[in-house]
Amino acid sequence: MATEVELKAGIPSGKKVITGNYAVSYGAALARAQVIAAYPITPQTQIVELLADFCAEGALRANFIKVESEHSAMAACIGAAAVGARAFTATSAQGLALMHEMLHWAAGARLPIVMANVNRAMGPPWSIWTDQNDSLSQRDTGWMQFYCESNQEALDTVIQAYKVAEKVLLPAMLVLDAFFLSHTSEPVEIPEQGLVDRYLPPYNPEFKLDITDPRAFGGITMPSEYFELRYKMQKAMEEALEVAKAADLEFKELFGRGYGLVEPYRLEDAELALVTSGTVTSTARLVIDELRAKGERVGLLKVRLFRPFPTALVREHLLKVPKIAVIDRNISFGHGGIFAQEIKSALYNAEPRRPLFGFVAGLGGRDITPELIEEIIAYALAHDRPEEEIIWMGVKR
Amino acid sequence: MSGELVEIRFHGRGGQGAVVASQILAAALFKEGKFAQAFPAFGVERRGAPVAAFIRVSDRPILLRCEIYHPDHLVVLDPTLIYAVDVTAGLKAGGWVLINSDRSPGEFRLPARFKVATVDANRIAVEHHLGNPTNPIINTAILGAFARITGLVGLESLLEAVREAVPLQKEENAAATKKAYEEARAGEH
Repeated sequence: MATEVELKAGIPSGKKVITGNYAVSYGAALARAQVIAAYPITPQTQIVELLADFCAEGALRANFIKVESEHSAMAACIGAAAVGARAFTATSAQGLALMHEMLHWAAGARLPIVMANVNRAMGPPWSIWTDQNDSLSQRDTGWMQFYCESNQEALDTVIQAYKVAEKVLLPAMLVLDAFFLSHTSEPVEIPEQGLVDRYLPPYNPEFKLDITDPRAFGGITMPSEYFELRYKMQKAMEEALEVAKAADLEFKELFGRGYGLVEPYRLEDAELALVTSGTVTSTARLVIDELRAKGERVGLLKVRLFRPFPTALVREHLLKVPKIAVIDRNISFGHGGIFAQEIKSALYNAEPRRPLFGFVAGLGGRDITPELIEEIIAYALAHDRPEEEIIWMGVKR
Repeated sequence: MSGELVEIRFHGRGGQGAVVASQILAAALFKEGKFAQAFPAFGVERRGAPVAAFIRVSDRPILLRCEIYHPDHLVVLDPTLIYAVDVTAGLKAGGWVLINSDRSPGEFRLPARFKVATVDANRIAVEHHLGNPTNPIINTAILGAFARITGLVGLESLLEAVREAVPLQKEENAAATKKAYEEARAGEH
């Protein structure tokens, strides 16, 4: 339901019932993305379709570049960011995988590109439904990753992501579940452009490609220097934890909404902490409320920021709780759920040792219902420790 | 999960506008201060093939983010679907089944635990120059009948949402919604 007429004067603010995809488009438009390069792929396509409408209508003054592949989409964003433009793209699954080489380039070149990835299961076999293997496969490329729970959070995270990316000079990916967010319409507050401008001033990098002051970037670097550049990337990731926290607090002051890097929900005095990401968090909140009403001491920790991993916060919240149950809508073949691995790794050098249950559920868009989450909680409450390293929920064997 | 949550499933054929109807209804409910969530059946749509769309409505923010298995009410945009797919699957007892048809509700032999209503949305759409007799655009009309029989949404906010959502023939669509509101027939059980 694009609203062609009213957009001519810019992006109208106010509350509207829109899909998660459109919420992302509004976020990118309000962030005043200057270059958008994208290749269509379900379930992301609507994001760039609406941005193309905004450009065509003159509501957004951006260069919309049609490209022949996702590899080229990211290459175009890299070129744009290298000359100091704010660049945006969106993709899913195979499209993200095709960008892989360029993802390393964007991060290594320290270019603060923002991209939306609508989680879609990797083929083959072909699937268009949600799981997190596409984005998590890009864990080590040097991109920050934010996992979103609602359409509002998706819109807000686009804006926050630019703020953080441009401060630490690393690219950022916001991640949203296929269909459960991308194609679901719900009320979203579209902030005022003036307020977004106050929060996110124009991007003006210290170093950029400039024909009047020619330089080269990313050339061959000897072993005597390369190592330090990688050290600096890690330091930038570490800095990003503080920057993202501050950016979220400032956002909350201006817009009245904040999300944290992680969010503890009813964890006080809990016997069990459920760890969730994406839309599963939202459904799990209801389950936690119901179980709390029955006197069960359960809570959850939502992990919003996956890279950089908020190790200190994860320790702070989870070490207070005797048992941990992680729901992974992903699988690292040969090991297990990826969030479970990350949580284990964050807790290993801390005391006390807590049993951690790793549940894999909902791959390829299989529904994660309140009943399934209840089953997960019941299993973890009933066992002192997991019987298997990977507990598969709802698998037909 | 929560007492006041109402879930509705739309059945249509690809191209009939079931998804847009669910979005218009969500926008209308939102205008009345309700929280609403609308989504299509998560799949690959083809013109003419059976499709579904869903909506949740509540007085509180909707946190449930999974599919709908036990709807409170059904809206059927194409009466031939009654015999093509199991439309009442999971429908709660006492739920409305609103069917786009020129027949009376009693002619649809559905289990007595459901309430049946009909509206001739095809005729109303054609009368308002929405589409043509072979391919009438009925998604705005059917919503008027839905408002009338369920009382879940007011006609005024629905008309406002229709006018905002449709790109063309705004007044014709609004008039069709109103006409279907007046004509909807509830069956007797």
